[in-house]
Amino acid sequence: MEEQGGVRAGGPGARSSATAALARAGAPAIVVADELETRYRSGDTEERVLVLGVLDRIAAEHAAPDLVRSVGIDLVRDALRTNDPRLVAAAMGPFAGRHLGDHDWRHGVVKLVFMGVPLAGVARLDERADDELARMAEDLAEEREAAGRPIPDDLRALLPADASLEKGR
Amino acid sequence: MRIFDPHIHMTSRTTDDYEAMYAAGVRAVVEPAFWLGQPRTGVSSYLDYFDAITGWERFRASQFGIRHHAAIALNPKEANDPRCREVLPELDRYLRRESVVAVGETGYDSMTPEEDEVLETHLDLAKRHGLPVVVHTPHRDKKHGTQRTLDVIANSGIAPELVVLDHLNEVTVDLVAERGCWMGFSIYPDTKMDPQRMVAILQRLGTERMLVNSAADWGRSDPLLTAKTGRAMLEAGFAEAEVDHVLWENPVAFYGQSGRLDVTPLPGFELGGEAELFEGNSILRGAAAVPVTAAAATVTGAN
Ligand SMILES: [Zn+2]
Repeated sequence: MEEQGGVRAGGPGARSSATAALARAGAPAIVVADELETRYRSGDTEERVLVLGVLDRIAAEHAAPDLVRSVGIDLVRDALRTNDPRLVAAAMGPFAGRHLGDHDWRHGVVKLVFMGVPLAGVARLDERADDELARMAEDLAEEREAAGRPIPDDLRALLPADASLEKGR
Repeated sequence: MRIFDPHIHMTSRTTDDYEAMYAAGVRAVVEPAFWLGQPRTGVSSYLDYFDAITGWERFRASQFGIRHHAAIALNPKEANDPRCREVLPELDRYLRRESVVAVGETGYDSMTPEEDEVLETHLDLAKRHGLPVVVHTPHRDKKHGTQRTLDVIANSGIAPELVVLDHLNEVTVDLVAERGCWMGFSIYPDTKMDPQRMVAILQRLGTERMLVNSAADWGRSDPLLTAKTGRAMLEAGFAEAEVDHVLWENPVAFYGQSGRLDVTPLPGFELGGEAELFEGNSILRGAAAVPVTAAAATVTGAN
């Protein structure tokens, strides 16, 4: 039986104990970055979600955060390319809120709207929502309206204040 | 009703789908390369996929009386992964295959600089190989994405009649109509476009350069929505010849520009609805299940 720190591999608690090891204080940035990347790339979806979830804390706590940050951005962009709402939602957490570039971040927000995932989980949404995101939301709402499809509340909330769309639905 | 589905991902579908498609009148399909839902991480899984859609899938379709051709490209999402971009130098040899009638699907997903570069590479490959191109328009920021796609196409110098912009809707179709490119519509059960909305667009803009596809894949989709759109057209007063124009002649003309398209009936299926029955079973077996022959007449040039 393969064991890691007394926890059965693949058994309950294994993922969180493995991912907790990532936070080991004092490890050089390159080790931490490599560990994050390996955990993510070789992990299943649940483990990837956990890795995405610890990125922000690790980047914040590490003394030399640049390398950790750049690996984190690669992993977030990878997760944003998937079609799995669990990964996309996890990718748009606090780490992306702080470090992901505006272009990718806006696409992440709109992707969640497409997936029907509530935007309540998007870190720093109010702070980062800008005119360009409002413009994207308005274009999307226009398409939905032309198609005779409803405009979800989360999308409506992103619209510019002066949006000329029919408001009633 | 004879149907050519110009955009469908049959590797994600079952043999039940093939049977139902044949029964509904589908006799030819084009399967553009796309992603698998789970992102690829390297070249070799890409090459195996290209071999599957130009090999095994083509054979599978032939067993059900459906001519199958492919379009080959690096998917826009995976264009952002440097490990996948390594597949670009491999595309040449696939684009020389008899079964490949187009480059695609290419286009934008998140509109990154990497996607710009890969789209330009694909358009260049299409020009060099004299092949049509299937260009996917993005889900997010579709209007901007369509506009930017049209600009890149214009800058590339490729003939607009060699290009289809796909997944269009009420908001984006007019941008494409005025540029002379073909207009593709993916009819989906709940998003993108439905048969009634499609009919309204055809009533407004006519049937020229219009392509209707199911884009059926591993998501919620329906490979029979081409046939349902044909019926919706008839109910709305379109003539049978107009339905045939949209669902058959147009895709034949578009992909016929490759000089490689073969839409003659497969051996054993010459009589359409009847001859496919083999010992009471609609699946051809044994010797009858020989794949597409190179000797079959090909349709060349736009008609
Ligand atoms: Zn597709």
